[in-house]
Amino acid sequence: MSASAKPIANARSGTGIPSARLITWWVIASEIVIFGGLLASYIMHRVAHPEWAESASHTLTWAGALNTFILLTSSLCAVLAHQAADSHDGPKAAKLLRLTALGGLIFLCVKGYEWTLDIREGFVLSSGGFWSFYYTLAGLHGLHVLAGMIIMLIVAADAAKNEELQRVECIGLYWHFVDIVWIFLFPLLYIAK
Amino acid sequence: MTTETHVDHTNYVKIWAILVALLIVSVLGSMSHVREIVLIAAFGVALVKAYLVAKNFMHINVEKRWVPYLLIVCLLFIAILFAGVAPDVLKHNGLHWSKNPADVLVPSAAGATKNE
Amino acid sequence: MSTHVEHAEPGIFRKYFWSTDHKMIAMQYLFTGMAMALIGGYFAYVFRMQLGFPNQYVPGYGIVTPGRYNALVTMHGSIMIFWVAMPVLIAAFGNFLIPLMVGCDDMAFPRINRLSYQIFLLSVLVLLSSFLVKGGPFGGAWTAYPPLSAVGSYNLTPAGATLWLVAVALEFVAFLLGGINFTVTTMNSRAPGMKMYDIPLVIWMIVLASIIFMCSAGPLIAGAVMLLFDQTMSTGFFDPTRGGDPLLWQHLFWFFGHPEVYVVLLPAMGIVAEIIAVFARKKIFGYKTVLYTTWAVGFLSFVVWAHHQFVAGIDPRMANIFSITTLLISVPITEMVFLYIATLYGGSIHLDTPMLWALGFIAEFMVGGVTGIFLGSSGTDIYLHDTYFVIAHFHYTFVPIAIIAVYGGLTFWYPKMFGRMLNETLGKIHFWGTVIPFNVIFIPLFITGTAGDQRRVYSYALFAEQSRPALQHLRLTSTIALLVMLSFQLIFIFNFFWSLRNGKSAGANPWRSATLEWTVPSPPPHGNFAVMPTVYRGPYEYGLPGGADDYVPQNVPDQAFGDQNS
Ligand SMILES: [Cu+2]
Repeated sequence: MSASAKPIANARSGTGIPSARLITWWVIASEIVIFGGLLASYIMHRVAHPEWAESASHTLTWAGALNTFILLTSSLCAVLAHQAADSHDGPKAAKLLRLTALGGLIFLCVKGYEWTLDIREGFVLSSGGFWSFYYTLAGLHGLHVLAGMIIMLIVAADAAKNEELQRVECIGLYWHFVDIVWIFLFPLLYIAK
Repeated sequence: MTTETHVDHTNYVKIWAILVALLIVSVLGSMSHVREIVLIAAFGVALVKAYLVAKNFMHINVEKRWVPYLLIVCLLFIAILFAGVAPDVLKHNGLHWSKNPADVLVPSAAGATKNE
Repeated sequence: MSTHVEHAEPGIFRKYFWSTDHKMIAMQYLFTGMAMALIGGYFAYVFRMQLGFPNQYVPGYGIVTPGRYNALVTMHGSIMIFWVAMPVLIAAFGNFLIPLMVGCDDMAFPRINRLSYQIFLLSVLVLLSSFLVKGGPFGGAWTAYPPLSAVGSYNLTPAGATLWLVAVALEFVAFLLGGINFTVTTMNSRAPGMKMYDIPLVIWMIVLASIIFMCSAGPLIAGAVMLLFDQTMSTGFFDPTRGGDPLLWQHLFWFFGHPEVYVVLLPAMGIVAEIIAVFARKKIFGYKTVLYTTWAVGFLSFVVWAHHQFVAGIDPRMANIFSITTLLISVPITEMVFLYIATLYGGSIHLDTPMLWALGFIAEFMVGGVTGIFLGSSGTDIYLHDTYFVIAHFHYTFVPIAIIAVYGGLTFWYPKMFGRMLNETLGKIHFWGTVIPFNVIFIPLFITGTAGDQRRVYSYALFAEQSRPALQHLRLTSTIALLVMLSFQLIFIFNFFWSLRNGKSAGANPWRSATLEWTVPSPPPHGNFAVMPTVYRGPYEYGLPGGADDYVPQNVPDQAFGDQNS
């Protein structure tokens, strides 16, 4: 099948940035406006509704903090994987990527547990403006974590065979971006009460 | 690759340790009852953390110059969106409509219109 | 440079549905878009018949009920913008032209390209499936303002509303993937020697359109998720009775919706630029100025959106600001039109069919632009808002973009796409049979709109203050002109398919054009170029002295330049 043979177009690099990294930057740029639009909507409403503070006081700060710690740590693994890929050590990069994906999995488990506690207390998606934004923001972010994990495992499988090592850096960039989104979600949802 | 121009001996673990320390600072700050401290602990620390991740993990400082500018332009568009929308969404009553029926129905909506 | 080895002929499925070849994906987008155009045109026929002949049997449809009428206008608008203009102008032309015109063998990421079309196809299927659900397709207008769109008991099409929203979101994802691919390919994969200012304008404009789309669609994707939850999970993001804010949706929608006008306008402008350079045998006047004004348009398009909301109760101070920015954006657009006219000045103009379409675009689009001034000024807009004046205005922009410029591009690149020429006589009949009725449809609507006819009214007779029987002959004129215009499209469809087999063989370069796509055989083989080209000059070296060969292709080295003219 011709798809397996890469076109000449893919190998060229007019900008000096390899195509794989260039496309990652553009993906991140388009994600910035998606999250940006949602965050801007949330911040406007949050400022306009001082009474949402009451709802916000019910969020579990420890869960948010734990998840921040997990994501920061997984970002460390991702950047170490990039370092390993740069020194052409595919298997090591693969191992670190799988560790990163494991971090994503733990993140989602903590999130699931936290949401279970929230729902048990009666706070669901439709429990009011704050909770709607709370679940939507974290849910959209969680989807990105999930997507990142899946792609990361695919990249890791290739990297273990020392193939397509340039992708290790790209999925890492994406993961750091997802991490940065969470860095802002954490104070917005858990700290600024 | 970025590493050609980048000193490849960034101590990633050290950066990570700083990030975790900042996380602890923001959690401790949230326990304060002074509003300013909470806000700085929340958003000031978040900005520093985001900067550290972007610089040291994403190597954005050694990427081609236009890449960070591109991302900043995207943020600028969001700032424009915010500036254009905030006067309406923060005000909550329009020139030709109000949420009086809603105020009667839902106390939280009434609270929202008080800051007129 | 390697050329592609011949593969064993793949199966039908592999060849037509699973191909990663940018030309095949372009054809997929083109034919899907044209099929959707038939559906969108059919809906226009049905609701225009209802307006021309109120409450009478519509041949081929039946009686139009009020609910059906809402669904018809909603679907007509959504389909024509999201499933016709976008796939044809950006995806079909972008896919076909970008690798050929920048001189490479395919997109930088062919499989992402294929995924883009597959997601697009899925969005088409989701939209079409909404025709079959209970209540029928969404009837809350293509702008989907809440609470109408959010509450099923208001729009009466709860299932259709959700499917519409999902379809739009999928379509956005498809174009994000496609647009990012276009951008990366153009930035990274150009032929050696093709500098920034050697890129043909149509490529610049498709890429800039993709970037504008990328930067503007995000907030609406977020908004779509919120509206989806409002519809299905009883949240209240946009519902004032639950503390939400309906204006927020309007802002998110138009923050995308206005740039979207330029997302489709720019590729059309680019197509027209290519055509007028070739058929006036002249270099584009002020290539760089065209480009700079395009950037200015791109930036300004992000700061005008609230001119759609002057009567929605927005902050009046903001209305002033948005009036000013809206009037400002007409400056660079006008400058572009002037540059095109300056290109024509002193050229040796050949009035072949593509050139007719290009000139038609410039003339008709100016009407759309000028009438936009009235709507961009908040004072006049308060009176004209939601009338047929608005309808006539934006059809004078969108029809030149999505119909006239597309026909220009299709007739121009048809020889390259299929290796044969379209019939010129039929082409000219089709041109006049489209452009004249187009004006007869919409000029009366300027008048009825100014007289006060509101949009989205099923039957004027039902509303005492709207009835105005004296205007009925204008409404009828518009309907009949639409019937004429639609019937002339049959000539194009016939010409298109008849010429596939019976057209004159085109050869590599029938229009004596200088850009790279004309240096390869028609249709281009897999991998495009037998030898990967190198670029030595800009794209518009026309009108050079020296007889028949009055142009130099981009890939001819300077030494050969002398031989060409000897
Ligand atoms: Cu507009």
